Amino acid sequence: MIGVVSYLVFFTTVAAILAIAVLGLNLQWGNTGLFNGGVVAFFGAGAYGTLILGGTPQPDHLGGFELPYLLALLGGMAAAGALAWGVGVLTLRLRHDYLAIATFGVAVAFENLMRNAEALGGGAKGLRGFERPLREALGSGFLYNLAFLAFVLVCLVLVWRSLDRLVASPFGRLLRAIREDETAARSLGKSPARIRLTAFVTGSVIMGLSGGLYATFYAFVSPQDVLPVLTFQIWAMLIVGGAGNTRGAVMGAFLIWAAWTASGWGLSRFAPVEAQLYTGSIQYVLIGLVIVGMLLWRPQGLFPERLVVSQSGREGARSTQGERQ
Amino acid sequence: MIQHLLDGILVGAILSLGATGLTMVMHMLRFANFSHAELLSIGAYVALVFDPLFKALLPLLSAQIGPLSMTWALVAAILVAMALTALSAVLFDRLVFRRVREKGEELSMVFASFGLALIIRNVIGLVFGLHTKLYSQDIVFATVLSRDPLILVKPDQVAVLGVALAVMAALHLMLSRTTFGYALRAVAENPALAQVNGINLGRMIVIVWLLGGALAAMAGVFYGLTNQITPVIGRDLVLPVFAATIVGGIGSIHGALLGGFVVGIAANLALVVLPSGYSPSVPFLIILAVLLVRPNGLFGEERA
Repeated sequence: MIGVVSYLVFFTTVAAILAIAVLGLNLQWGNTGLFNGGVVAFFGAGAYGTLILGGTPQPDHLGGFELPYLLALLGGMAAAGALAWGVGVLTLRLRHDYLAIATFGVAVAFENLMRNAEALGGGAKGLRGFERPLREALGSGFLYNLAFLAFVLVCLVLVWRSLDRLVASPFGRLLRAIREDETAARSLGKSPARIRLTAFVTGSVIMGLSGGLYATFYAFVSPQDVLPVLTFQIWAMLIVGGAGNTRGAVMGAFLIWAAWTASGWGLSRFAPVEAQLYTGSIQYVLIGLVIVGMLLWRPQGLFPERLVVSQSGREGARSTQGERQ
Repeated sequence: MIQHLLDGILVGAILSLGATGLTMVMHMLRFANFSHAELLSIGAYVALVFDPLFKALLPLLSAQIGPLSMTWALVAAILVAMALTALSAVLFDRLVFRRVREKGEELSMVFASFGLALIIRNVIGLVFGLHTKLYSQDIVFATVLSRDPLILVKPDQVAVLGVALAVMAALHLMLSRTTFGYALRAVAENPALAQVNGINLGRMIVIVWLLGGALAAMAGVFYGLTNQITPVIGRDLVLPVFAATIVGGIGSIHGALLGGFVVGIAANLALVVLPSGYSPSVPFLIILAVLLVRPNGLFGEERA
């Protein structure tokens, strides 16, 4: 029984951490229409940043600044934001394919850099020497995991609530206006490029938070944690949940993570030994089918965006439209 | 140094072929097609299937061509690969891209192309296995052009470069001299106006996919011939091919041809100063440099 409960705690922690990243992507793609092909780079910047800033000194790589945990986490988020700012400034004034290609490229380069630059991130061996916060007080057992889950859930709810507020605010209306008709927004004196940059950096900072929490949970990060598959998983979560609404993003995260772990478990349990090498390929095909299938048959996702007619603001004026013009 | 330059020119020719099809599709359908590099992979594997088949059916074909490791059977297999890859490009458009396009979800096409790339790459891995393969097990010795500095060239590399250049010249003539070439450029420039002039848009889209697929297949086989064939060819080439289109300016076919060489040569010359572990990052650095200096590429024009 305790095994099942502790597994549930583990599962919920990881799913909630990923849900935070999906919320960040939702701000970029769902609310603003920005394609981020390198979610994992911003997630990774947060993870590496947090561990480098908050870790104990190591002889063979950078780090060991031993900052207080929350400060280290903020530092990781700032690293993700800085990376997003650099990519965004270069690409957001060009046509949208450039952002897609540049973000994809930044993820490839980030993983490549972390794998090779041993002095920076420990190379392929990964980054060690991080003490999880409050370990003396809580021990390293079930109690600690429970407390960490609570912390992650608090972060998730905070991000969720503040994004809902942001989207309901005039700024959120502006984001939708740019997504739907950029020329019209510009004619009203708005600067789409600057607002897009703000949304892109904010979303990436949230992904950085997710990465920082992920690295804290394992007290370790390596290039294996920043492979492109994570980007695909996070997209699938958003597309299945329904781009443009936070509830869908969180639901999608839990659904897809459950499906991913269940399929991984099923394949490792029931696939014959000689096919074990290929279980990864089968999972990739499945996630590709989920993405393409959803786009073809239910592009609005399982929980469609509820478009609010902002002028009246009355409950009755709501309509559930899935399609975007 | 000169060796790196030569290798770069060869890789550049392969990237040019891949980037040409990609830039046409990106220009006409307005989306970054992340599954284009998988067409190279499909081409390489189709040739891998048909090469031994032709050898078995017509033993005459298994003679090697001069000093090359290439046989006439492989030449025939390349033609089959071009045809089948072109058809599969049209098929993917019918199955996925056209349907997403017709829903009006144009921005979602990028997602769809990523999903499709994942499916193609891993199905190839499941069918053919994850290990590397080669067209020919024979070892072809490189010709020593000079001993100091040591410069080695394989006959295959020269042949590949020659064929690639010939195809590019033919493509250039077709685009600049024929009515069809004008129509193609007109559609890319302004689809609505081109239709007013009686150009069938649907048919042009099919032709662009056919052309892009055939060129990609050729590039894929050449890549397999000079390197090795693995299911991750697409994953490894997608960023260099995109870099080539950005260097040339998205939508410019001449730019893509030149961009391929720029990326190939720059990536190989970068190995002189960078440890080889960093080579996957080089295309990204090239993209960054272009975006900083000349965001619309060498031949691209500004367009929203």
